[in-house]
Amino acid sequence: MPKGRLTFDYEKCKGCGVCVAFCPVKILYLDKSTLNKAGYNLIRVTDEEKCIGCATCGLMCPDSVITVEVMK
Amino acid sequence: MAKVLMKGNEAIALAAIKGGCDAFFGYPITPQNEVPEYLAKYMNEHGKVFVQAESEVAAINMVYGAAGAGARVLTSSSSPGIALKQEGITYLAGSQLPCVICSVMRGGPGLGSIQPSQGDYNQATRGGGNGDYHVIVFAPETIQETIDTMKESFDIADYYRNPVMILVDGLIGQMMESVDFDRPVKQRFLPPKDWAANGTKNHPGRRNVINSLYLEPKELEDHNLRLAKKYALVMQNETRYEMINMEDPDYVIVAYGTMSRVARSAIEILEQAKLKVGIIRPISLWPFPKQAFDQIGENCKGILVTEMSLGQMLQDVQISNRGRHPIAFYGRSGGVVPEPEEIVSAVQNFEKWRVE
Amino acid sequence: MDYEVKYQKSKVLTDNPLSYCPGCTHGIIHKLVAESLEELGVIDHTVGIASVGCSVFSYQFFNADMEQAAHGRACAVATGVKRIHPDNVVFTYQGDGDLASIGIAETIHAANRGENITVIFVNNAIYGMTGGQMAPTSLIGQKTTTSPFGRDSHLHGNPIKVSEMLQHLDGVAYLERVSVHNPANVRKAKKAIKKAFEYQIQKKGFTLIEVLSTCPVNWGKTPVDAMKWVEESMIPVFPLKLFKDAGEQHE
Repeated sequence: MPKGRLTFDYEKCKGCGVCVAFCPVKILYLDKSTLNKAGYNLIRVTDEEKCIGCATCGLMCPDSVITVEVMK
Repeated sequence: MAKVLMKGNEAIALAAIKGGCDAFFGYPITPQNEVPEYLAKYMNEHGKVFVQAESEVAAINMVYGAAGAGARVLTSSSSPGIALKQEGITYLAGSQLPCVICSVMRGGPGLGSIQPSQGDYNQATRGGGNGDYHVIVFAPETIQETIDTMKESFDIADYYRNPVMILVDGLIGQMMESVDFDRPVKQRFLPPKDWAANGTKNHPGRRNVINSLYLEPKELEDHNLRLAKKYALVMQNETRYEMINMEDPDYVIVAYGTMSRVARSAIEILEQAKLKVGIIRPISLWPFPKQAFDQIGENCKGILVTEMSLGQMLQDVQISNRGRHPIAFYGRSGGVVPEPEEIVSAVQNFEKWRVE
Repeated sequence: MDYEVKYQKSKVLTDNPLSYCPGCTHGIIHKLVAESLEELGVIDHTVGIASVGCSVFSYQFFNADMEQAAHGRACAVATGVKRIHPDNVVFTYQGDGDLASIGIAETIHAANRGENITVIFVNNAIYGMTGGQMAPTSLIGQKTTTSPFGRDSHLHGNPIKVSEMLQHLDGVAYLERVSVHNPANVRKAKKAIKKAFEYQIQKKGFTLIEVLSTCPVNWGKTPVDAMKWVEESMIPVFPLKLFKDAGEQHE
């Protein structure tokens, strides 16, 4: 079970890539094949298992797209 | 309170307090300095707000903040300072905020002089701010009328959620008269200020935003139409004027404030010269009392407009007259206050001063 | 196994999507303000003052009563609100055009009066909303639409150091310049913003946090490169520093 679990408010995402840059385990990427209503690419997780629940992505996201949960 | 002898500017300050003023924001400028000076002492003593701002621009925006927070707010200044406040005033009107603005006019343009003048009629009634808005403008003639108008202005401002301006000149501000501060004020139903930005705990379940920005054109148009309806109501209910000696006069003088006092002396002199002259005295400058001009008798040979300016109210008189009577204008500017005899001779030499 | 929330959107932010460009750090700064107000539990008696610039719409983003102020006048508007409701928390949210250009006088005098308000001063060295003009904080050599050959001190003067100026005013209780260009600095910025609000609540006087921020679109950089530019170019001109902490002297 991964330490951390992410949920995305996709419609608020602007595909800015800041979370991708700052994720220490590099598991986030911009999925060029998907668009939200505003026409931005969506954030996807490559390997959810690797998430360490550090919440850096949530911290750095300007639009509060990412909710981070961690194992109790 | 019994009659008391008091200086105009100080009476303005005390009248505001009697009108329930919670806060004053101002800046030094002659000839209105006694207003902030009086309030600087009084407001702190009574746990109310007094701030001398760093400029008139800052002052009017403090008014915006406090009025938006639900307070009864006064600011006062003189001509150049009122010029600086124009942006703030249109924001107040656009955000539907009540406040009272006292302007004690002085000679212009530019730095001008510190002597009395009426050269800000257009500034007050047309407004120097942007967009379709109006300020309700009253021009009292005596210190007593200034007091009564000031007290009522806070209710009028709250009732219509709009700035109200008390427009006097340096002479009214600086002279002393015996006055009574306890004359009754017309009662108005004033709803609670549940729109005020004072913290959501005061109105749970709703967020109050004080704002004049509507990027969506249709929304801004609807907003303008709402304001227009309000202004129509103001025109219907708050237009004020006095008809003096107007029973079928030979001539009619149109004058307000200090100039209507000079005109009162002039018509007495003219009476002795067997010339029956009446006065239309606008008290509200906006809304301008057009209807007064429908009540002029046929025998009237002409209308003399007199103002301490080179002719500003003149235009409103021309509009209201609609070409029915000849019009003349006699004005002094720069801070010169005409003598009654000058008005007498202007009436007697009507053709010389005729403009229409 | 069950999970608990470690990081989520603050309740002090409304549901309205932010109007800022992708990757603009206005969004991060909004979160820090919102989280501070939420953690201090003061949102129901907070009044925010929105200024004019990219953050003009902040009155749509903070879940508090707000007043939208004329350009440059937020500190005066805030003074009016605070004087009427001294027990309310009052903050302004202003950009460098609003605060350091047209509003510099209102800012200096609110500070000098020691107005018990918190000013969030977002410094991104450019006018964003109007399309990238030079700001008082634009750097020497920085190309903008009104300094097309780069800011030249002989023509345009030098970047204005607001915090360095304000630190000398006695009315200032807490003054710090922070940045949000990486996680460590975001956390430091959050501490500073929250502390500024705490000082206000304790009626210590005027508090201002200058937050270096990005403008990817008008700087012509990706959001991440823009954050690097803050570190490499802005911070040398606007060093991150605690300028004044009146609280320290008392304790």
